[in-house]
Amino acid sequence: MSVESMYQEIILDHYKARHGSGLRDPYEAEVTHVNPSCGDEILLRVHLDGDTVADVSYDAVGCSISQASTSVMHDLVVGQPVSEGMAKAAAFTEMMHSRGDHEPDEDVLEDGIAFLGVAQFPARVKCALLGWSAWKDAVAHALAHKEEA
Amino acid sequence: MPEADVARADWLGVSEAPPAAFALPGLVRDDFPVLGRHVNGHPLVYLDSANTSQKPRSVVEAMSDHLLLHNANVARAMHTLGSEASEAFEDARAKVAAFIGARTEEVVFTKNASEALNLAAHTLGDHVGLGPGDEVVVSVMEHHSNIVPWQLLCQRTGATLRWFDITDEGRLDLAAAQEAGLINERTKIVSLTWVSNVLGTINPVTEIAAQAHAVGALVVVDGSQAVPQMPVDVASLGADLLAFTSHKMLGPTGLGMLWGRYDLLEVLPPFLGGGEMIEIVRMEGSTFARPPARFEAGTPPIAEAVGLGAAVDYLTMVGMERVAQHEHLITAYALEQLQHVEGLRLLGPTEAVDRGGAISFTLTSADGFDIHPHDVMQILDSRGVAVRGGHHCARPLHHRLGIQASSRASGYLYTTPDEVDALVEALDHTRAFFGGPGSGGTR
Repeated sequence: MSVESMYQEIILDHYKARHGSGLRDPYEAEVTHVNPSCGDEILLRVHLDGDTVADVSYDAVGCSISQASTSVMHDLVVGQPVSEGMAKAAAFTEMMHSRGDHEPDEDVLEDGIAFLGVAQFPARVKCALLGWSAWKDAVAHALAHKEEA
Repeated sequence: MPEADVARADWLGVSEAPPAAFALPGLVRDDFPVLGRHVNGHPLVYLDSANTSQKPRSVVEAMSDHLLLHNANVARAMHTLGSEASEAFEDARAKVAAFIGARTEEVVFTKNASEALNLAAHTLGDHVGLGPGDEVVVSVMEHHSNIVPWQLLCQRTGATLRWFDITDEGRLDLAAAQEAGLINERTKIVSLTWVSNVLGTINPVTEIAAQAHAVGALVVVDGSQAVPQMPVDVASLGADLLAFTSHKMLGPTGLGMLWGRYDLLEVLPPFLGGGEMIEIVRMEGSTFARPPARFEAGTPPIAEAVGLGAAVDYLTMVGMERVAQHEHLITAYALEQLQHVEGLRLLGPTEAVDRGGAISFTLTSADGFDIHPHDVMQILDSRGVAVRGGHHCARPLHHRLGIQASSRASGYLYTTPDEVDALVEALDHTRAFFGGPGSGGTR
């Protein structure tokens, strides 16, 4: 269990690049999720075009793990059908709860497999899941909004 | 127990004679077995004592001895073990009282400092009949424990919560408070931290208490960071109530304290209802015990009190003057060394003047990125250095400073200059780790 296995270069690259960062219109749902113990915060918007995730935009503050994970998530879900995004969210969550004892599918999670090392540090798992939980919540709101309309 | 031991005092090395001032850790460290541990392959450097202090062997042994040989409930059990337990529990109260210059019956045991502050907010609110138009004053540098109970009190009563701002140096902005008439005839309660758990600032609580008393307000002091580190005499402090906690002063968790002037405690209503806080219970209504029992509903943390008693004995034997002197010197040394770390920004006073031992900072990598305190903590931990990263239960203060979180190093009587050096070295490593292209691990 080494700290180097947590801070993969891919993670640090995403931390600095923050793909998809910034708030954009249009969107059907906007949610705020926080990690009260450390103060990490994310304001996240989802725009659905039919059943496709057309955009995920966000304004977030937090540690490298939460920021990089959100950046990776953006790349993984944007342009995908909602069902595919949810499947990736489930795969990512499963990996994060594995304590590192897991063989992630690179075809599904792509850069996301770099977070396997983070799964060995239980205190940091919630950091990696912050953006994903916000995304799932926002999609649920957007779908409910669509049904009402 | 620590005694002057010349051989052990030579811990700094032979070539450099140790300043006598830094002799204390060498005398006490052997009493703290955890300090001999290795963490992640490195000697543990425990710099999170403002979070919770480590415990000397004598504290753990006192608790273990009590639980194994003298365990019984207090006050209610009349048999021999019950008497032993009651006596041990009340002895601990007497030790705490002597430690802070109080009368024994002025010390109320609570679950923690947070409960002590909630007790204060509830009972003072009722006592003064707080209502709309009244004001409660805190400061922006408070721990959440000294903000939220007063927010809740103001919500219940319609009173207004006001607060001291801070200067850029991280001290209470007394001039701005004066100008704004912060403490005025509407002020009913002032509740302030004595020493900031983030900035380290020592606040002029005696001076502010005098201002508050002049307008008829009552004064609560959060002494959680102060009582462990400096000699305390409640008679000269000027406060009406003082909250503090066992686990930051070598004692166990699960036990806090509220000291109060007895004539005030006597007129405060009960807080929690239950066993042992009563006088006579009738179905139509009850009367209540005199303080401190009035505020101690239910079976208290007995072994914890015994442990705290041993902690107070330990600190008394070392001498709080010596503890305070060591804290001052190690803080001054750390402040000086940390200012040599590139990209490090100290929060709070940068000189060890009117300053406690909590040192919070932010860190920027060589390529200009703010390294998040959780990431700093993680890299330091990988080198055995334990610090706290986050908002330290002081989110409003961090917001006021324009940051989300910070890293905090805090020592105690066992902290050595070598450990400060290890922190500095690990911070340099952290900057390099997050430094730019090619940083980070690979597989």
